[in-house]
Amino acid sequence: MAGTPKNVGQRRLVVGAHYGVRDWLAQRVTGIVMAIFTIVLLVSFLGGQNFTYEGWAGLFARQWFKLFTLVTFLGLYYHVWVGVRDIWMDYIKPVGTRLTLMIATVIWLVGCAAWTVQILWSV
Amino acid sequence: MSEAVREAQKKGRPVIRNVDFGDITYRGYYKQPPSAIVSILHRVSGLGLFLFLPFLLYLFQESLRSEISFAHFAGVVSHPFTKLIILGLSWAYLHHFTAGIRHLFMDNHIALDKDDSQRTARWVLVISLALTVLVALKLFGVF
Repeated sequence: MAGTPKNVGQRRLVVGAHYGVRDWLAQRVTGIVMAIFTIVLLVSFLGGQNFTYEGWAGLFARQWFKLFTLVTFLGLYYHVWVGVRDIWMDYIKPVGTRLTLMIATVIWLVGCAAWTVQILWSV
Repeated sequence: MSEAVREAQKKGRPVIRNVDFGDITYRGYYKQPPSAIVSILHRVSGLGLFLFLPFLLYLFQESLRSEISFAHFAGVVSHPFTKLIILGLSWAYLHHFTAGIRHLFMDNHIALDKDDSQRTARWVLVISLALTVLVALKLFGVF
């Protein structure tokens, strides 16, 4: 049938990217958060004296810095999800393989998020 | 992609088909402009950082958990092989960072035209590589 969209109904790409601006915007916002975090970390790092355990752990012992780090890392994992998903969509064509890689990526990133919480609250 | 290809055919422009990986790399049939190099390196560096996440989180964990683990961390990091990996990841981070900043400018319609975008792409390569050299000098104890 002429004029029928190619990606609706049964032909819809099941591992597509929501065709929207949400992830695009999220990638930008998380990128900005990570850039700010990088600069804050570098300034506190270079502003300090020698690189010692006391100084380094003392920085992460502060509640506001813990939370700032956690928010940045959660943003990082969302950022990674968008980027890595795009890579799978561009280069991995078989739907089964692509879906498997996407699921593995999500599980892995959720695991990393939990690990990050554990690391931050160990200090 | 398909839209652009159809448009090109309508206007009778030459359509280049079957450009493979070798044509744009070692055979050099198609020279890649700086923006294309920055673009693919953005992707490569991002994927590399993703694949090395467990290594980075492990180092982060060892650096924070206790004074003993910090000493262990310092030992691991002082190994020349680890330093090479860290240098590679530093490049990946710096490239991803600078290319990302360029993206943010372009999202705001700054430096979008042909000449400007190539100029900013060249700057991304220059800045990220210069910073990587600084990191290398620091890592291997030149200063």
